[in-house]
Amino acid sequence: MPPVRRSALGPEMTATETRPRALEEQFESLDAQHDARKLGMWIFLATEVMFFGGLFMTYTIYRELYLPGFEQGSHLLEVRWGALNTGVLILSSLTMALAVRSAQVAARRFITIGLLGITMLLGTAFLAIKFLLEWRHDYAQHLVPGINFAYAGPYAAHVQLFFCFYFFMTALHALHLIIGIGILAVLAFLTWRGRFSDQYYSPLEVAALYWHFVDIVWIFLFPLLYLIGGR
Amino acid sequence: MKAQTIVPVKVYAGAFAGLIALAALTTGLAYVHMEIWNTVAALTIAVAKMLLVILFFMHLRYDRGMTRIVIIAGLLWLTILIVLTASDVFTRSWSPIPSGWGPAISVQQKQ
Amino acid sequence: MSVDVAELSSRSRVHYLNESYGVKSWLLTTDHKRIALLYLVSITFMFLVGAAAAALMRIQLLEPNGAIVQPETYNKLFSIHGIIMVFFFLIPSIPAVLGNFLVPMMIGARDVAFPKLNLLSWYIYVVGSLFTLYCVIFGGVDTGWTFYTPFSSTYSNTHVLAAALGIFITGFSSILTGLNFIVTIHRMRAPGMTWFRLPLFIWSIYATSVIFVLGTPVLAITLVLLTLERVLHVGIFDPALGGDPLLFQDLFWFYSHPAVYIMVLPAMGVVSELVAAYSRKRIYGYSFVAFSSLSIAFISFLVWGHHMFVSGQSIYAGLVFSFMSFLVAIPSAIKVFNWTATLYKGSISYDAPMLYALGFIGLFTMGGLTGLFLASLATDVHLNGTYFIVAHFHYIMVGGAVMGFMGGIHFWWPKITGRLYPDKWARLAALIIFAGFNLTFFPQFMLGYLGMPRRYAVYPAQFQVLNVMSTAGATILGIGYMIPLIYLIWSIRYGPAAGPNPWRAKGLEWQTPSPPPKENFDETPIVTEEAYAYATSPPERPRA
Repeated sequence: MPPVRRSALGPEMTATETRPRALEEQFESLDAQHDARKLGMWIFLATEVMFFGGLFMTYTIYRELYLPGFEQGSHLLEVRWGALNTGVLILSSLTMALAVRSAQVAARRFITIGLLGITMLLGTAFLAIKFLLEWRHDYAQHLVPGINFAYAGPYAAHVQLFFCFYFFMTALHALHLIIGIGILAVLAFLTWRGRFSDQYYSPLEVAALYWHFVDIVWIFLFPLLYLIGGR
Repeated sequence: MKAQTIVPVKVYAGAFAGLIALAALTTGLAYVHMEIWNTVAALTIAVAKMLLVILFFMHLRYDRGMTRIVIIAGLLWLTILIVLTASDVFTRSWSPIPSGWGPAISVQQKQ
Repeated sequence: MSVDVAELSSRSRVHYLNESYGVKSWLLTTDHKRIALLYLVSITFMFLVGAAAAALMRIQLLEPNGAIVQPETYNKLFSIHGIIMVFFFLIPSIPAVLGNFLVPMMIGARDVAFPKLNLLSWYIYVVGSLFTLYCVIFGGVDTGWTFYTPFSSTYSNTHVLAAALGIFITGFSSILTGLNFIVTIHRMRAPGMTWFRLPLFIWSIYATSVIFVLGTPVLAITLVLLTLERVLHVGIFDPALGGDPLLFQDLFWFYSHPAVYIMVLPAMGVVSELVAAYSRKRIYGYSFVAFSSLSIAFISFLVWGHHMFVSGQSIYAGLVFSFMSFLVAIPSAIKVFNWTATLYKGSISYDAPMLYALGFIGLFTMGGLTGLFLASLATDVHLNGTYFIVAHFHYIMVGGAVMGFMGGIHFWWPKITGRLYPDKWARLAALIIFAGFNLTFFPQFMLGYLGMPRRYAVYPAQFQVLNVMSTAGATILGIGYMIPLIYLIWSIRYGPAAGPNPWRAKGLEWQTPSPPPKENFDETPIVTEEAYAYATSPPERPRA
């Protein structure tokens, strides 16, 4: 029986095989495949920059035009929840990076799964803070356009426009986060099934790039929405 | 497989610490009244945080040139979108409106 | 009776069309060549729907007071015509059909970088087109393909959201296709296939893909904002509520202007291939043509305000956009000069694909030159909103892009199907299309100059003669398009077998059998010569 090389994260090549199972037929090598997939994800992130960017631009223009109203709207948001969420996502980026690293160094499967799990938990914590604390509070304050918006102060129309942007931008971000958590769940499952190794972990790396991008979007959302003017 | 750089845990931890520090800074500055500088400071800090994430968590520091080009292209195109659109919106009031056109061109300020 | 050995062998040989049978093998394929054909069927169907709308419009315009429909219906017709032709025919046409089929073959690869994503792109396209067809069947949309606010966001009673959703979804098909091509071209070229040995078609697909990837997402978010406004009425674009309708136009045209280059750049790439093959010469100024594609892709993002000169846009922004619009003409002109220089002292044959290529050069030049009238602020004030604009963009999109598509389909048909089409019918159809096209759209330049507004269901009586000429031309054009539809389908079954290289053209795709095997190449090719090396190593005549 020819010797079989195994790594802690699952079997890859036997001495008689020339092409690893994970290598798709259009690529010459695992390296080429890894490279191509990373490039593909970076290009996808560039498209997301333009997607969110159009939205950020529209928001910025209206903020410049209607600064007093937008400032008022911003001050109705709770900075501490936003700041806490910022910390949560930053930590989740750390755990995500460590998860990929654990695959690179052929750590035991449960470490990678554990780190992915913590990342998912932190993402869920973010969503919980956003939906259950922030949004519920805003709903109670009658600040949801199209549902129950009623604002007694000045610049009401602009405050409403602010909240329209606030809800839409954070909802779009949250949607990306939910998709990310779903992807991580699938990857955690695949890790458990031994799909990855130190020779093949590109799905993890590519998902990590996506996750970090979602963190970066929030890094900009937080000051743009919560930190207008001094409080 | 050719080595994909393995980043030391220390580097990740350092980037993380930097990000938390900057997040704390930007939150703290929100309670200081600095008028326009509030926005400038907040965005500068955000850019710094973005760079920390891109360079270290997303491995740009260790990657080949094509990745850099993609990022630069994305940011450049976003800049084009913002700058050219803003150059329209915010210079409309520079030219006098011919009489008979009314205030249709500039956006109304509503109370 | 002699036996056609080539035909026998193509029937017994395994290639991408017969390596597996059945609906599932097509609907679940990841072979870029089969996906290209799936796209070909879909976009042809959508083309026919869009053409039907155009036919009704041209019939309506036979009479000054309108011949057949009410103005409200006419508004829906031109909207549907525009939406379908732009988003569901022209934008995918060359990239998704010819690009998908040829890009891996031209660079010596076995497939694109992400074959499953490629199949997903097609499915996304189909879902998007279904939403649009729903809109068409259940009452249409009347905002124009441009969806200007506040009409689209506040006042229109038609299926704006269904149309917007259809376009939004299909946009992701474009984005993923562009992404796939960029990674494929960067990372999967065969050994020896350096950037400057690539066929110019690849350069133009690459430039197109950059536009796909960076522009389309902005359209997506614009349509989402439109939807938000239509549902919530908070004043994102409605001036009555403090919104800025021009902001919609800025966002919309940020994508939609580069989109027109998505439509024409691939056709320019096809023309480069055809001019080289049918002059049997390398393209003059190869690197100029290559870089001009990239320049067009970049500058195209800096000119969108020329659609808004009379909208109330800032005059100063208008100055910048006008200047940039003149600049963007330069790389296009460079291409035309280089093609012409290639033709000079070339060994030219007038096969059908070459007729289309020559037609492209002439008609694109006319369309491009008339664009200068429109880039110029002073003349645009008079010509905007008239038939001059309609003629200008149809010269480029139909006289240019569609002829490029037809030329490419004919040129690579033998490679795709393994069959030859009837040469005389093909040349006749090309000439009919050329004649019909000019009769349709040249009168429209005159109509626009004389002041006939576009998107109007009725017009002053003095414009009737030109309108009747235009409709007559459209009829001829329609017949011209029907002829290839018939003989190309006929050729699949009854056409003589094509060998690997019936045109004796250079290019890696011609070094495989026709139709190619599933993996394209039995062994990865190694490239040692420049593109279009007709002078140093002309392909041999096929053995009799």
